[in-house]
Amino acid sequence: MMRALITFTLLFIAAISSYFGFSLVEPLQGSYWLLSLIFVLLSWALAWAIGWVVDAVLAIMKAPIRLSNFLVPALFGLTIIIAWEYYVKGSHIPLVLLPAPTQIGAKFLSALPILGADFVQTILRAVIPGWLMGCGAGFLVALLCDRNDFLRRGLLPLGNLVAALPIVGVAPILVMWFGFDWPSKAAMVVVMTFFPMLINTLAGLNASGHMERDLMKSYGADWLTTLVKLRLPAAMPFIFNALKINSTLAMIGAIVAEFFGTPIVGMGFRMSTEVGRQGLDMVWSEILVAAIAGSTFYGLLTLSERAVTFWHPSYRK
Amino acid sequence: MRIDAARGHAVPVAVVCLVILVLWYLAAIPMNAVVTQPKIDAAGGGLYNTLLFSWNHERPVLPAPHQVAQEIWKTVFMVAPWKVKSLVYHLWITLSSTLVGFVLGTLLGISLAIGIVHVGSLEKSLMPWIIASQTIPILAIAPMLIVVLGKTGLPDIFTKASISTYLCFFPVAIGMVKGLRSPDKLQLDLMRTYNASAAQVLWKLRFPAAMPFLFASLKVSVAIALTGAIVAELPTGAVSGIGARLLQGSYYGQTLQIWAALFVAAFAAATLVWLLGAFERMSWKRMGVKT
Repeated sequence: MMRALITFTLLFIAAISSYFGFSLVEPLQGSYWLLSLIFVLLSWALAWAIGWVVDAVLAIMKAPIRLSNFLVPALFGLTIIIAWEYYVKGSHIPLVLLPAPTQIGAKFLSALPILGADFVQTILRAVIPGWLMGCGAGFLVALLCDRNDFLRRGLLPLGNLVAALPIVGVAPILVMWFGFDWPSKAAMVVVMTFFPMLINTLAGLNASGHMERDLMKSYGADWLTTLVKLRLPAAMPFIFNALKINSTLAMIGAIVAEFFGTPIVGMGFRMSTEVGRQGLDMVWSEILVAAIAGSTFYGLLTLSERAVTFWHPSYRK
Repeated sequence: MRIDAARGHAVPVAVVCLVILVLWYLAAIPMNAVVTQPKIDAAGGGLYNTLLFSWNHERPVLPAPHQVAQEIWKTVFMVAPWKVKSLVYHLWITLSSTLVGFVLGTLLGISLAIGIVHVGSLEKSLMPWIIASQTIPILAIAPMLIVVLGKTGLPDIFTKASISTYLCFFPVAIGMVKGLRSPDKLQLDLMRTYNASAAQVLWKLRFPAAMPFLFASLKVSVAIALTGAIVAELPTGAVSGIGARLLQGSYYGQTLQIWAALFVAAFAAATLVWLLGAFERMSWKRMGVKT
C-alpha cells in the first residue's frame, strides 16, 4: 500500500513537472497549432500511462474492481485538467483561444445568476417539456402502429429515413412558426426526439419471444393485457435506449434552435454572443452547465433503467 | 420471398406519403392565411382564389410542395453548379467537409477499437472517456468551436470537418469494439493452431467478422457527419454551405430557400446511407455471403 502510494506520487510529480517544463517553451508563431497538437497528444499519452500504472497497482493490491473502475478514469481526467491548466498558463495562450480551468471555474462562480437564468430558459422551459412531449408522442404513435399493421409498414421505413436526416435544419422554420421565445425551442426538441422514440418502441414491442406471446394467448389475454404484462416490460430496454439518445438530442435541438433567433436569455444565445465578445471563459462555463445537466439527465435515466429493467442480463450479478 | 417483402412495404409507404402530401397542402391554407388573406379578399374570395394565393405566395409561412420542388429545380438544374446561387455548389461545400470528417472519424474510431481490443488497460482508461465525450452536446457548441479553431490557422475545411470527426468516431469505435470481439473462442483457437500472429488474426478473422458491425456504425456516423457539417456552418459570417443557406434564409425570411436547402440535404443524407448500403452488399458478395 505504502509502496504503491509512493510510486503514484512520484509519477504524478514527474508528470506535472514535465508539463511545466514543456509549457515554458514559447509557442512558435505560425506553426503553433502543430505544437498544441503535440502537447495535447503528450498529455493524453502521459495521462494514459498514469492510469495504466494506477490500474496495475490497484490490481496488485487486489482492490475491489469498482474502485479501480472509478479511480482510473477519474485520475485520467484530473491529469488532463492539470495539464490543460499548466499548458495554458505556461505558454500564455490568450483567453480568446482557450481559458484555463481555474479561469473557467472563477467565471462559473461569479456568473451563477446569469447561468441560472439561462438554465431555466433552455433546460427547464425547452429541453424537458419538449423531451417529454416528443417521447410521449413517439410512444403513442408506436402503439398506434402496433395496432394497425398497415400504418406500421408505411411509417417504419419513413421513420428510419427521417431519423437519418439532418433534422436540426428545420430549426429556422420552427423559429419562424413559433416565435423567438422558448415554444419554438421546445417544438424543435419534440421534432428531434419523436422519431428515435417511435423506431425504438416499435423494435422493442417486437422483442418478446413467440413462446411468451403464445403463452399469453393460451391464458386468453387480450391485446391490452399482453401489452402491459409482457410486451411493454420486454420493450423497456429499447425504450430506455431511446430516452437516453433523446436526452442528448434534446439538448442539441434546444441550443441549436437558439442560434436562429432568441430573446436575450438562453444557453445557445449566451454562447454565440460571448464568442462574439471574446468571452471564452463564459462560453466554457455554459459548456460546463450543459455537461453537468446532460450527465445528470443521463445518470438519472440510467438509474431508473436499472430499477425498471432489473431482470435484464446486463444488470444481473 | 424478397420481392414479396418489398411489395409489402411499397403500398403502405406510398399511402402514408400521399396522406402527408395532402395534409401538407391543406395545412398551407390556414398557415399562410396571415400573409395571403388580404390578397384573397381583394381578389374577391372564393375557393379558387384561396387555393391560388395560398399555394403560390412568394414568401409563404408554409410553402406548398410544388413550390419547394420548383425552387429545387431552379437552384439545382437551372444554375451553373459553380455559381453561388446554385444549391449544388453549397451542397458540395458541405459534402466535402462531411466526407473529410467522416473518413478521419472512421479511421480514428477503427484505430481506437483495435487498440482497445488488443491492450486491456486501454479499455479501462479510454472507454469511460469515449462514452463521456458524447454526453457533451458537441453539436450545440460546434459553431463556437469553429470560431476558436479558425483562429489557430488550420485550413477552413479541417475546422469544419473536426466536428464531423468528433461525432463520427464514437459509433465506429463502439461498433468496432463489439465487432472485433465477435469471433468466438473456437475460431480464435483455430487461428492459434495455425500459429497466426496477432496481425494475421486481426486481418483474417477479426476484421471480416466485424464487417456487419462496421457498416451499421458507418451508416449512423455518415448521417451525423452531415448534420455536424451543416451545424458547423452556422456561425455568423459563413457564406457557403447548406448551413449558411439555412441561416441566410432565416435572416431574410426566404422560406423557399430554407425548404429547398433542407430537402437537398435530406436527399444527400439518404444517398450517402444508400451508398454505404450498396458497399455493404458488395462486401457481402466479396466475402461469399449468399443472400
